Amino acid sequence: MRLLKVLAVCLTVLAMSTFAMAGTLEDVRAKGWIQAGVNGSLFGFGKADEKGVWKGLDVDSARAVSVAVFGSPDKLKFTPLTAKTRFTALQSGEIDVLFRNCTQTLSRDTALGLDFCQVNYYDGQGFLIPKKLGVKSAKELDGATVCVLPGTTTEMNVADYFRANGMKMNPVVIEDTAELAKAFFAGRCDCLTSDASQLAGTRAVAPNPGDYMILPEIISKEPLAPAVRHGDNQWKDIVNYSVLALINAEELGITSKNVDEMLKSNDPKIKRFLGVTKGIGKAIGLDENFAYNIIKMVGNYGEIFERNVGINTQLGIERGLNALWTDGGLMYSPPFK
Amino acid sequence: MELTKKNKGKVIVKPPISSIGIPGWIRENLFSSPFNTVLTIIIVSILWFSILPFLNWALIDSSWLPDANCRESDGACWSIISSNYKIILFGFYPQDILWRPITAIFLLVSLLFISRNRNYWNAFLGYSWIISLVIMGILLKGGILGLEAVDIERWGGIILTLLLSVFGLTAAYPLGVILALGRQSKMPVIKTFCVFYIELIRGVPLISLLFMSSVVFPLFLPEGVSINAILRAQIAIIMFTAAYVAEVVRGGLQGMNKGQFEAADSLGLNYFQTMRLIILPQALKIVIPPSVSVLISAFKDTSLVVIIGLYDLLKTTQTTLSEPKWMGFSAEAYIFIAIIYFVCCFFMSNYSRKLEKELDTGL
Repeated sequence: MRLLKVLAVCLTVLAMSTFAMAGTLEDVRAKGWIQAGVNGSLFGFGKADEKGVWKGLDVDSARAVSVAVFGSPDKLKFTPLTAKTRFTALQSGEIDVLFRNCTQTLSRDTALGLDFCQVNYYDGQGFLIPKKLGVKSAKELDGATVCVLPGTTTEMNVADYFRANGMKMNPVVIEDTAELAKAFFAGRCDCLTSDASQLAGTRAVAPNPGDYMILPEIISKEPLAPAVRHGDNQWKDIVNYSVLALINAEELGITSKNVDEMLKSNDPKIKRFLGVTKGIGKAIGLDENFAYNIIKMVGNYGEIFERNVGINTQLGIERGLNALWTDGGLMYSPPFK
Repeated sequence: MELTKKNKGKVIVKPPISSIGIPGWIRENLFSSPFNTVLTIIIVSILWFSILPFLNWALIDSSWLPDANCRESDGACWSIISSNYKIILFGFYPQDILWRPITAIFLLVSLLFISRNRNYWNAFLGYSWIISLVIMGILLKGGILGLEAVDIERWGGIILTLLLSVFGLTAAYPLGVILALGRQSKMPVIKTFCVFYIELIRGVPLISLLFMSSVVFPLFLPEGVSINAILRAQIAIIMFTAAYVAEVVRGGLQGMNKGQFEAADSLGLNYFQTMRLIILPQALKIVIPPSVSVLISAFKDTSLVVIIGLYDLLKTTQTTLSEPKWMGFSAEAYIFIAIIYFVCCFFMSNYSRKLEKELDTGL
């Protein structure tokens, strides 16, 4: 009898928790925090510093979602995930949202049952070479030994690129980013291939950064976007528009510093965005001033970019594709109205 | 040669100065023949050219202080440890309350030291273990007695390594003994189950079990139910180690003389009494060395949780190394954790030798 009772209790708990999954938003509000999947060891995107404080572009984007839902950037718990475990963690409900420099692809969007939101970083794969190699274009790399990380799309892209251009390559595959960089600087290979954001960071830690250069060719498209589970439209909207709010604020010239003055602006676009004119909050199911809070507490996209990966950080990445569309980049937000 | 007259006229001949003391030892052991002389010279020069530069790198040219500018010196950069020891050793544990894990680890280590001496093995020590484990749990987890609650997800570094290994090993050992007994059992269902379990687990690498636990297993759970990733890895480690312990213990059981069983039977002992009083104490004693090897390798295997993204000692070190500032100083960081692993493993093997000697009854 006791066993039966225990079983009954277990089943009820299971049934109730299944029921509770109806909407991620209600679920998140009920437990009081958002469980965000992040990289954990990618400097500039998702990594804890030596004090254990999480930092990075992905981390700050996740903070924007936390502000949108709870009005505070700290209602977050981070789950560091590897490239292999990240999608399962989302599918199984272990995390609520995945901010882990994930490339959006068709098959991930469909077959894996994910939904990608607004891209928060446009990356692409490039090559880092020592200047003394005397190569000016990736097309001249025939027969080169290439240092590459295993198991990511990077390895496939570089093989495709060499095949498409009728060139031969000798891959040197090393598991760990830091060890890969070490091997490259020690001269184990002619060039290092990775996402351009990574190459900038790797070049920055070279014994003599001036001796190395990044080739102009970008051989792949890597739109890095946050992901949620497929089919939860409200939650997807919230994550999507939290990231878009960052971009929209930059378009409107609103920063964390001037956001309070902007409340007095007469521009109807700004009034609607900051919740002075009511409407957008009700539509999305959040506070009317959710966008104001995000910008006030996290900053706009430009501020986040410069703080984590920008030209004054160790990564020293220029805006490039991640500039606003008005500056020749790809960052473009639909109107908030 | 010097002759001296002492002790009622007995003549004591002192050995020549060249054959006693340090010079004597050197001559006897290092330069006793031309071949040995050549060998000595070669080995000393190899040591000279390898150890000296290493010591120079590790101790003399090195930087020790946090935030030293390591890229300007040629020596070892121990600053990576002094700047990041908190995150390397304790992962994401809140850094303002590190006294809690430190106290817990201190408690654990002192109990382990006390338990080394078998004279102290009594009920009191047993109770102190139980009480201390509870105290350690409270210290780490918090949430009561005014201690701030800390999620298990935030336990990292050496806390996680010790948690996985201490609980992994203490749970795996009894489970392994039960499996070994089950495999020897005459009851077909139990026997088949044990054989199946042991062979299945031993047939796959630990990595695949960890992947199963972290990637496949959550998909079978109903939506919204999630079992903590650390717990899942812990169970995988226990299951894996138990299968290996079981085979080692089976070796011990099969090595028992048939007469021991018959003697137990003739005394009228039942199965459990036979096992508990006669067979197991002897069988487990013979298999101390192999079981300690299994336990040591299980301890080191806990570092495999790196690949499922748990922040054990190895992973926190790798995280630190991924920071541009510290990239390239992997040798220093890995030497540091290698020392930690070595100390733990050395303690285990040393203890097993001691135990073996004490339990030796000459049988």
